[in-house]
Amino acid sequence: MLKLDSVSRIFPGGQEALRNIVLELAQGEVVAMVGGSGCGKTTLLRLVAGLDAPSTGSIELDGADLHEPSADVGIIFQEPRLLPWLSVADNIAFGIAHLAREEREARVSRALLRIGLAGYETRWPRELSGGQAQRVAIARALVTQPKVLLLDEPFSALDAFTRASLHEHLLALWETDRVSLLIVTHDVDEAVTLADRIVVMQPKPGRIFTEIGVDLPRPRNRRSDEFHAVSRRVLDALDGSLTEGQSSAAPGKTETAAFWW
Amino acid sequence: MSDTTLTHARAETASGSPRRAFAWKGWIGLILPVILAIGLEWGVRAGWLEGRFTPPPSKIAGTLGELFASGEWFRHALATGWRVAIGFVFGAGAGIVLGTLSGAVPMIRRLIDPTIQALRAVPSIAWVPLFILWFGIFETSKITLIAVGVFFPVYLGVLGAVLSIDRKVIEVGRVFRLSKLETGRRILLPATLPALVTSLRAGLGLGWMFVVAAEIMGASEGLGFLLVDGQQVGRSDLIVSAILSFAFLGFLTDALLAAATRPYLRWRDDLSTAEKA
Repeated sequence: MLKLDSVSRIFPGGQEALRNIVLELAQGEVVAMVGGSGCGKTTLLRLVAGLDAPSTGSIELDGADLHEPSADVGIIFQEPRLLPWLSVADNIAFGIAHLAREEREARVSRALLRIGLAGYETRWPRELSGGQAQRVAIARALVTQPKVLLLDEPFSALDAFTRASLHEHLLALWETDRVSLLIVTHDVDEAVTLADRIVVMQPKPGRIFTEIGVDLPRPRNRRSDEFHAVSRRVLDALDGSLTEGQSSAAPGKTETAAFWW
Repeated sequence: MSDTTLTHARAETASGSPRRAFAWKGWIGLILPVILAIGLEWGVRAGWLEGRFTPPPSKIAGTLGELFASGEWFRHALATGWRVAIGFVFGAGAGIVLGTLSGAVPMIRRLIDPTIQALRAVPSIAWVPLFILWFGIFETSKITLIAVGVFFPVYLGVLGAVLSIDRKVIEVGRVFRLSKLETGRRILLPATLPALVTSLRAGLGLGWMFVVAAEIMGASEGLGFLLVDGQQVGRSDLIVSAILSFAFLGFLTDALLAAATRPYLRWRDDLSTAEKA
């Protein structure tokens, strides 16, 4: 599926944002990337989205080179980025303008139903709450039926309750579409809730520090011991990623790790 | 209306509901002009004021009535309106095209913007002698002057609007692989429309201002001609009639422009929409 091979990105100013990233995403896999600020998570997503080009290395989707925005790759930004002059329905249909009218309308109404906003067709974006707007953004990205959906800290601006409900929404959509998800987040609980695999990044330059598999059945109980055990492993890894060169992450350092951002 | 709503309405009036208070406040602005008009009328009739210089409202109404009845008003208003319309179309068109180009292409901005900014510093009336020299004393020089007046606010408004488009919204267009043309139509145009309308209204206002200057310079018809004519024959009522006509036409065209564009701007999340909601 999605394959990143020794990808690096050096900005024109000479700043090395990413070094030698090797990452593969299987069909329908959910991968979360966590890491401190400056570890190039957002840069990596922009490369996969085709909004930026890698300095070296290659990014392939099903064998085809990704060097510009592709219909097979959708992206959700940190903010919904709805177009304020379009109604909710027109926003969702923004990327499928080339389709026939009936097909477009069918997809939009189905998407609205699935994100729980049926009846919101003619609303303006300004009339939506933050969580509703982000759901519309997710619908807009999914109606084009991409193979990979990239999410750049999509829920970081929302309160905890809204965030939890959006996690459920996203997983429900994922279960029917089986789209691969690559999620950048700084919320460890979010990563453990959503991902099959968590990639821990290391800053300056951005590199992959380690990967942690999350072998928990869904839906995941955030209060279970298994959940906490995985969270702890991720936090330990994050700690280790910031103190590289010193002794590897020691158990019992989770208190400091909790404040790594 | 049912009984219950009636009593409800009455109760609201009695307690001085906000809506009633607002309607009443709207009329408060009429007090000053009405007092002024009555004072003027009385003053002239009592002989305190000389009617030749300060025309009483009754005389102005009479003059306007005559102008309407003879069809003169329409001839002058049409001549003036036509000049404004042509000048507006040329000035606004040039402003939109150059403003968009200047905003979208940095190279063009570096090339033309300094010159345009420098020309903007020239008070537009100062062009009149040159335009008359170039284009003669008839329509061309007048329309050019009006177009120049309209051009600058439209150019500046469109340039500013294009430059202030959110990069993040453009990126949405890139993600959905819009072509340059589609990006213009589906993102640039709607994003700049509010500023475009504002600048067009400002330009139209200046158009009405400059048509007066152009017609005062020399014209055989038009509302500006009435102004000069009134001065030369010493008829202040004619002058005030022309002034009121300008005010009315300026207000009317601005309201028409605003009404024509309002359906496209309903999405805005600002005070202009909050008022209506």
